[in-house]
Amino acid sequence: MKCIVTGGNIKVLGRAVHSLSRIGDELYLEPTESGRYEPGGRQPHRELFRCKVLMKSFLGVFRSLPSLEKTVGKCLLLLKPQASRLVVQLHCKYGVTKTHNLAFQECERLQAVFDTQRCASSLRAPARVLAEAVVHFPPTLAEVTLGAGPGGKISLRNYVEDEAEPSKTMVTELWLGEDEFQRVAVTPGSRITFCLKEFRGLLTFAEASNLPLTIHYDVPGRPVVFTLDDTVLEVHLVLATLSDPERSWQPPTANGVSHPPAPTDDFADDLESYMAAMETSGYEGGSGAPPSPTFPLRTPRPAESDPKEEEEDDDEEEGVVPGTPPHKKFRSLFFGSVLTPGGPGPAPTQEVLAEDSDGEY
Amino acid sequence: MRFRAKIVDLACLNHFSRGVWSGSPRNAALLPPGVINTIAKLAKACTLRLTVSKLYFILSDKVANGGVSMWCELCQGNFFDEFQMEGVAAEHNEIYLELVPENLSRALRTAQSAKAVKIKLTNKHCPCLRVAVELPSLSSSSRIVTHDIPVGVIPRRLWNDFREPSVPDFDVSIYLPALKTMKSVVERMKNLSSSIVIEANLSGEMNLKIETDLVSVTTHFKDLGNPPWDIVSNRIVHFILLHEDVSLQYFIPALA
Repeated sequence: MKCIVTGGNIKVLGRAVHSLSRIGDELYLEPTESGRYEPGGRQPHRELFRCKVLMKSFLGVFRSLPSLEKTVGKCLLLLKPQASRLVVQLHCKYGVTKTHNLAFQECERLQAVFDTQRCASSLRAPARVLAEAVVHFPPTLAEVTLGAGPGGKISLRNYVEDEAEPSKTMVTELWLGEDEFQRVAVTPGSRITFCLKEFRGLLTFAEASNLPLTIHYDVPGRPVVFTLDDTVLEVHLVLATLSDPERSWQPPTANGVSHPPAPTDDFADDLESYMAAMETSGYEGGSGAPPSPTFPLRTPRPAESDPKEEEEDDDEEEGVVPGTPPHKKFRSLFFGSVLTPGGPGPAPTQEVLAEDSDGEY
Repeated sequence: MRFRAKIVDLACLNHFSRGVWSGSPRNAALLPPGVINTIAKLAKACTLRLTVSKLYFILSDKVANGGVSMWCELCQGNFFDEFQMEGVAAEHNEIYLELVPENLSRALRTAQSAKAVKIKLTNKHCPCLRVAVELPSLSSSSRIVTHDIPVGVIPRRLWNDFREPSVPDFDVSIYLPALKTMKSVVERMKNLSSSIVIEANLSGEMNLKIETDLVSVTTHFKDLGNPPWDIVSNRIVHFILLHEDVSLQYFIPALA
């Protein structure tokens, strides 16, 4: 494999590596013949080569994003199988060339099977909106619950571990109006809990690249898939979700009062009506938020009828995502590059970065 | 028992939580830190006493046991645009709550651009101070962030534990030098020793001294004024910080 990254794409590659470094300790590279990442199903003409390098080593090459942007004009990625080395060569200003020889290990293909078409709910928003939302949660928070509330509002709330005492833990909740999103197609009352740390890593990349983020999710326990789409880049982040919806949303209550509705827009009397609604709650306890009066259940369709994307989906394996036991983390982040149509470049800009790690709980 | 308050003025919010903002942001570092942030650094848990006109943050480890205690008093009118308090009973029109000030500090930390902040005492599944921050957004409705801070309601029979400490007989009282100077001196001394000697006399002189086996360092301050009332005793060091609308008293027992 030999590929060249030039110009603005170097910065994107650097940011992608930084984002991936928040997810795991190893970076998988899989160059494909056509320069596209194949999620699975299609038979390659020849054996695909796949290797992994230590994240720390790779990140070290792209450590300083500002200096990458200012000084590096061209980045060359070259595989030397005989020496088991991945060569990353940065051609910088003033005739300086930095060559890094990273050791790699060949490895088996690891594949996370997911299908965004089978997710019942999806949301799409500018990354900035979501980044502004998560800033209200402490940096050390492990998990967050995303929910579809009444009135089309979407909520984010910190997840309180079972072991923590509910009467001693601060609970933070943020409500976003439906019109802050570019697309909302969610099952009313649905909610999922996932890890915030990896999500933040992706958000940093998305915000810097100014890309909208799409969230595809299904029932609790099924993975949540975050995607970014661009002309030259595809990003998928797959996270496991907690499989116990009741516990992840409602604190234990003595009298069975369920979670109160989202605050109304009339903030002047917001807390009054909030309190009043709570005290006179007519909702059945334990069954989740009341159904939204306006949202029918819709299955999401692909946002763009991009022939490449559809082709990929057709070829995708009809695999079943292995059942995720509660508390087992599983996370996968794929960055795939997509060749723009119209003329071959001097060398295909193919960098395929995929990482998969097993649960560690 | 009810409590609701509202802050709409961003300057008041900043003064309450982070610090006073005036002039350019660069100057913010020179201004006194916000009340809540200061309290959060001084105490892991403290008592919040609410009366009709004031808020008090009280920490009262019994000083005799070698603990530190603190008494901070604020006039609510200087911070809140709306303030309604109904105490436990008509003749005891106050509320005493136990809380973790760091939670309050955290809740207010990301409210810099808020349109309004409301604080309310609620009792869902346990008593909480609910801080609701209304944030601007590009959409038609505001973004609302709520923070539920768990609190403990302190029963009336324990209120006596939280009286304002009386001023015992003191020997010497002195105005401290510029806090920034003192802070940088003490920060450096902190690395060398865990206890510090404070000497002051009625001629406006003060020494800060550390003595270890290897080294002793003394910083001398001169021409500090001596106020007419007594502040420092030979048993307890009592620091009083007086800002325009906040007074903070901090007691540290002396080792010798």
